[in-house]
Amino acid sequence: MTYSAWWWAQRQSAPQKATDMVHFFSGVVLRDLTLAARRRGDWLTALFFFVMVTSLFPLSVGPEPELLQRIGPGVLWVAATLASLLSLSRLFEDDHRDGSLEQMVLSPLSTVVLVLGKATAHWLVYGIPLLLVAPLLGIQFNLPWEAIAVLVLSLLLGTPILSLLGAVGAALTLGLRGGGVLLTLLILPLYTPALIFGTGAVDGVMAGTGAEAHLSLLGAFLLVTSLVAPWVAAASLRVALE
Amino acid sequence: MDPTPAASLSAHNLACERGDRLLFRRLSFTLSRAQLLLVQGGNGQGKTSLLRLLTGLGRPDEGEVRWSGESIARCRDRYHRDMAHLGHANGIKDELNPLENLRFHAVLRDRPFEPGQAVATLRRLGLSRCLDLPCRALSFGQRRRVALAALLLGGASLWVLDEPLTGLDVNAIALVEDLIREHLHAGGMVVATTHQAMNLEGVDVQRLVVGPAPVRSAESH
Amino acid sequence: MNFFQYASPSTFYHLAGKCIPWTGWTAGILAVVGLYVGFFVAPTDFQQGEAYRIIFIHVPAAWMGMLIYLAMAFWAAVGLALNARLPFMMMRALAPTGAMLTFVSLWTGAVWGKPMWGTWWVWDARLTSTLILLFLYIGTMALWSAIEDVRRSDRAGALLTLIGVVNVPIILFSVVWWNTLHQGSTVGVTHAPKMEATMLQGLLIMTAAAWLYAITATLVRVRRIILERERKTQWVNHLLSQES
Repeated sequence: MTYSAWWWAQRQSAPQKATDMVHFFSGVVLRDLTLAARRRGDWLTALFFFVMVTSLFPLSVGPEPELLQRIGPGVLWVAATLASLLSLSRLFEDDHRDGSLEQMVLSPLSTVVLVLGKATAHWLVYGIPLLLVAPLLGIQFNLPWEAIAVLVLSLLLGTPILSLLGAVGAALTLGLRGGGVLLTLLILPLYTPALIFGTGAVDGVMAGTGAEAHLSLLGAFLLVTSLVAPWVAAASLRVALE
Repeated sequence: MDPTPAASLSAHNLACERGDRLLFRRLSFTLSRAQLLLVQGGNGQGKTSLLRLLTGLGRPDEGEVRWSGESIARCRDRYHRDMAHLGHANGIKDELNPLENLRFHAVLRDRPFEPGQAVATLRRLGLSRCLDLPCRALSFGQRRRVALAALLLGGASLWVLDEPLTGLDVNAIALVEDLIREHLHAGGMVVATTHQAMNLEGVDVQRLVVGPAPVRSAESH
Repeated sequence: MNFFQYASPSTFYHLAGKCIPWTGWTAGILAVVGLYVGFFVAPTDFQQGEAYRIIFIHVPAAWMGMLIYLAMAFWAAVGLALNARLPFMMMRALAPTGAMLTFVSLWTGAVWGKPMWGTWWVWDARLTSTLILLFLYIGTMALWSAIEDVRRSDRAGALLTLIGVVNVPIILFSVVWWNTLHQGSTVGVTHAPKMEATMLQGLLIMTAAAWLYAITATLVRVRRIILERERKTQWVNHLLSQES
């Protein structure tokens, strides 16, 4: 079969919508995971940042167990947020530099799915390790086991929110000088509800009032963000590439 | 086997501003099957900007681009299915090897990936010894050829190429010219910018010179 | 009335020019009246004494800060939907006034706090959410100044404002939620004194004054933006050569 006859034949096949989107989504996620695996170092840096920042607090406020227990949830949440934000400015940067981002935006498939894929991959690479290390740091801050469990659960809900909002920020600040700091400035105010509900959940468990209300609010915020952020991020990408 | 006989790329009164400079205005042309549009002009005169407008990445300040009579802003997905772009950057990830890059490009283009076909294409482009190497280990010319392989496998009828010959050696240049010729003979369309001389025997060429207004519109050769 | 006729920058420029003296003077008069009512006519509050009078500046400023952000989001949506220039210019003209009024409300909140509770800052629901609103304003303005290309700058800022406006109710809710959990600062500026009729009148007059001031400042600023952006057109050159 000649090359030209072959590619005319290819053009005949009509796509089916839903399975294509899933295929596209998983293709993007797998690609980003492969790239992260081959780059090694990157995800470890964010993790070390998380650990080091949280370790600074006992040094600066003193080691009294009660005080640490009081500030623990907040410190861990803020540190996890900052650690994730570090890596978010590079979400699209690498692809932008070698021209892959343009190819991805020129795809006939939805840019929204693309953004969702990249945000998910970011969460898997940078968010999940934070969840795994958080219990150890929780012990450092003298948190009881129930509190640590709720902390991990709250971070489980909160870190995807950050990846999604961060995708919007990364798209808006694509290619700008000082992009990382600007991204943090833009995204942190939008992220405060997650911070409040997340730390509130852990405090609630420690105070005995329960964490369900906070966690459900956090879950609702995650739902709203996942419905709004991908669209805004996709539009922002197009604007940034014009 | 001629699915879209009416396929054509047309531009109507395009105008483009970059910052304070007006790059061009009232730019129009029509490109039909088996035609090549050669865009020429000095550096920084707007060739790349024009190509960005044609791909839909950039929005024109005036006028519109149409694919088969319909504005590309309205049929974006359909247009992107039929159009492939090769810019200055290759769109190739350094950490992946050529086959992995092609697999992802197939996902992007919403096409099935056939390893056999991909390997055959890479071999044809002279990359048979590079199949397992990460693209970081390849030279610029070799990476360009991986990008060309992606172009070939992309199934697009319109190719928009920005300086396709840059950084290639003589053999590779001849190869690219062959591929373009083949694509045109099969009924495809090509828009290309270049400041190098291209051997375009037997090809229906329109030339478009982009520069400060007034723009001379396309003349056929 | 052909509404879109006003969408041309030159028409709007002249229309705005005509409105400014009216809104400006009315704002000034209302402000004088409102301050008089607030500082002299309204009775001394039973609980808080004279210092409470700062609410006649604090509350209108806070409301306007909020309202202006909503107005910005409105123009952002219009600009993105219609792909027109003027809505984006309005959006950018609104931001500095909104940020300033939000800052004024924070500052007056602090001035109120000191004589009342002995501290310059208190983490109550309103002050905290006003602070976050100020961060949103600053972030948007920082984004605008970081992007050189005007078109990208407008659209990026518009998108940020839109996602901001969707988040604002959530932020407000979460801050109120947070505040009810941490009972430490129950006494805050949210607990305004019980409203007597004159107090309410004063408040409404000041709010109207703030609103008209915001309109005036925005129109002045949008005229400047129009001149700057349309400086290559004939009508601007004609205008500027007339004035020199």
